[in-house]
Amino acid sequence: MTVQQVNSFRTGPDERGHFGNYGGRFVAETLMPNILELDAAYTAAKADPAYQKEMDHHLAHFVGRPSPLYFAERLTQKLGGAKVYFKREDLNHTGAHKVNNVTGQIMLALRMGKKRIIAETGAGMHGVATATLCAKFGLPCIVYMGAVDVERQQPNVLRMKMLGAEVRPVTSGSHTLKDAMNEALRDWVTNVADTFYCIGTVAGPHPYPAMVRDFQCIIGNETKEQMQKAEGRLPDSLIACIGGGSNAMGLFHPFLDDRSVEIYGVEAAGHGVTTGLHAASIAGGRPGVLHGNRTYLLMDADGQITEAHSISAGLDYPGIGPEHAWLNDMGRVKFLSATDDEAVAAFQLCSQLEGIIPALEPAHALARVMDLAPKLPKDHLMVVNLSGRGDKDLDSVAQFLASKK
Amino acid sequence: MTTRIEKRFAERKAEGRAVFVTFTMAGDPDYATSLALAKALPKAGADVIELGMPFTDPMADGVAIQAAGLRALAGGQTLIKTLQMVRDFRADNNDTPIVLMGYYNPIYIYGVDKFLVNAKEAGVDGLIVVDLPPEEDVELCLPALKAGLNFIRLATPTTDDKRLPAVLNNTSGFVYYVSIAGITGSAAPDATKVSAAVARIKRHTDLPVAVGFGVRNAESARAIAAGADGVVVGSALIDVLRGTLDAEGKAGPNTVKAVTDMVADIAQGVRSAR
Repeated sequence: MTVQQVNSFRTGPDERGHFGNYGGRFVAETLMPNILELDAAYTAAKADPAYQKEMDHHLAHFVGRPSPLYFAERLTQKLGGAKVYFKREDLNHTGAHKVNNVTGQIMLALRMGKKRIIAETGAGMHGVATATLCAKFGLPCIVYMGAVDVERQQPNVLRMKMLGAEVRPVTSGSHTLKDAMNEALRDWVTNVADTFYCIGTVAGPHPYPAMVRDFQCIIGNETKEQMQKAEGRLPDSLIACIGGGSNAMGLFHPFLDDRSVEIYGVEAAGHGVTTGLHAASIAGGRPGVLHGNRTYLLMDADGQITEAHSISAGLDYPGIGPEHAWLNDMGRVKFLSATDDEAVAAFQLCSQLEGIIPALEPAHALARVMDLAPKLPKDHLMVVNLSGRGDKDLDSVAQFLASKK
Repeated sequence: MTTRIEKRFAERKAEGRAVFVTFTMAGDPDYATSLALAKALPKAGADVIELGMPFTDPMADGVAIQAAGLRALAGGQTLIKTLQMVRDFRADNNDTPIVLMGYYNPIYIYGVDKFLVNAKEAGVDGLIVVDLPPEEDVELCLPALKAGLNFIRLATPTTDDKRLPAVLNNTSGFVYYVSIAGITGSAAPDATKVSAAVARIKRHTDLPVAVGFGVRNAESARAIAAGADGVVVGSALIDVLRGTLDAEGKAGPNTVKAVTDMVADIAQGVRSAR
């Protein structure tokens, strides 16, 4: 696709939360006053240097930022092409990029005087990050998690409980992330006055997609500086996995107007995009409306949402953030996909070559690095967002490998 | 042009009683049962029929209506079939207003313009689309009004006086007051508070106000009907319907009757309110 010519890819959304045709505020009336209150509170916080300063403090001393930009030397040698760097979001406190966003949102909740925090989680990393910040600030925390995900991400369930959060398994629908989000929205509608809904990705009604993106942009901003220091220039390509797409948006957004930088998002192809058992909403979906925004969704001919499938609980969602949908249509970000098999192979390779056990989510990005990098020249600088660590996935991977024997 | 909805509210007002609105899910648990039930509702005492358009992800609904939607989808219900059900209903009933209630995505995927034409032709009178607040009026509300359909908006306890005018603007037919901040099928609302809320809304509009969410039986319907122009009952009817299904979720011989008996009972409550 040819890239659309616009002055900037970084000006969205408009005041009604639209990225082109995507985004918006498709929520029940009960929630509208809250959404508008949140929008106003976030706009005010953004303009307040004290808020930014406090956030920077927590990100440095509690989260441990900046996260390193690491040259993956043995992987680079093995692939024999592009010079591959990892942005080490796995080294953040709580083990993934999710904490960047949660820090921002919990501090906003405190400013707004909200007394109760709810969140949805898929792989559990967002749930763990939310439980962690709630523990730190003494807020009660309820995490909705699909019953299927509770099963396959036990370590994270235990972590959340240890941190004092209540994990509510969700048994409606497909028992995964989309249903957890439905339940969180139902909770919010019911407890609208005192509750802050901490959404984990760049989706949902405006202002969430823009707000979560802003909190995650620290990934791309640091990468820019670190690459300048390491190589004296911009990277040539960026690659990240995409479920809802917050780690990807955080890395991509600061580079959107650096037109020389190629940008790849990798969706979860599950058993393969043609099998129907996948979570690739761009490759296998079309625009529709769910969870407060218009975006690409997996659905049937009647507009009923279909179940996503991925070995990775964090990518197992039938939608994608609305700004990604727009960037796809504009041709600025190229969307690829990786199957369960490919992700597990990359998971093993990264563990054994680099001594880093990645989460299954970024293993999808690594899978595409394995076929992109060898075709590129040795001076091509490629950054992979290593969005989380893989301890939580060891059981899933072991079971997957056993089933292949 | 006066719609069936406007006519019906005016008639009941003249009779000095509230309108009884029933909610059932189109296609629950199958097309034939659901149609037979819809056809039997007016005789049992329903003044306005609200038909749910099933959706996989009904974020404002409680377990009863979620399950009803999934049963209908499992039974093969689609938006095309829901419009067909309205056509079939209209074959021998041209008076009872029909309101379709649901979520935006199936309509968006069907195609808004085509949907409005087909819905109007089928005999639909109004639409309630939960996830389309006034901020998204250009999507469906304005085209629906242009097509001659009522667009019924939900007002909630969180809709304060400042926001109310925005919610009421472009609302037609009636205002649906959601009695509690919560999902469908929740705890019973406090009738005194509801009556005060209805009075508050009426200071901003001449439209009739119907109250729903949490109205479960003749007694609570009577209490609500005393202070409102209409009462909506949904989850309670769906619970009764579910109770008649066999282990595989199929309709039993008593399914339609069990629901219409409940409707008749609640209708008595509504009629004796004032």
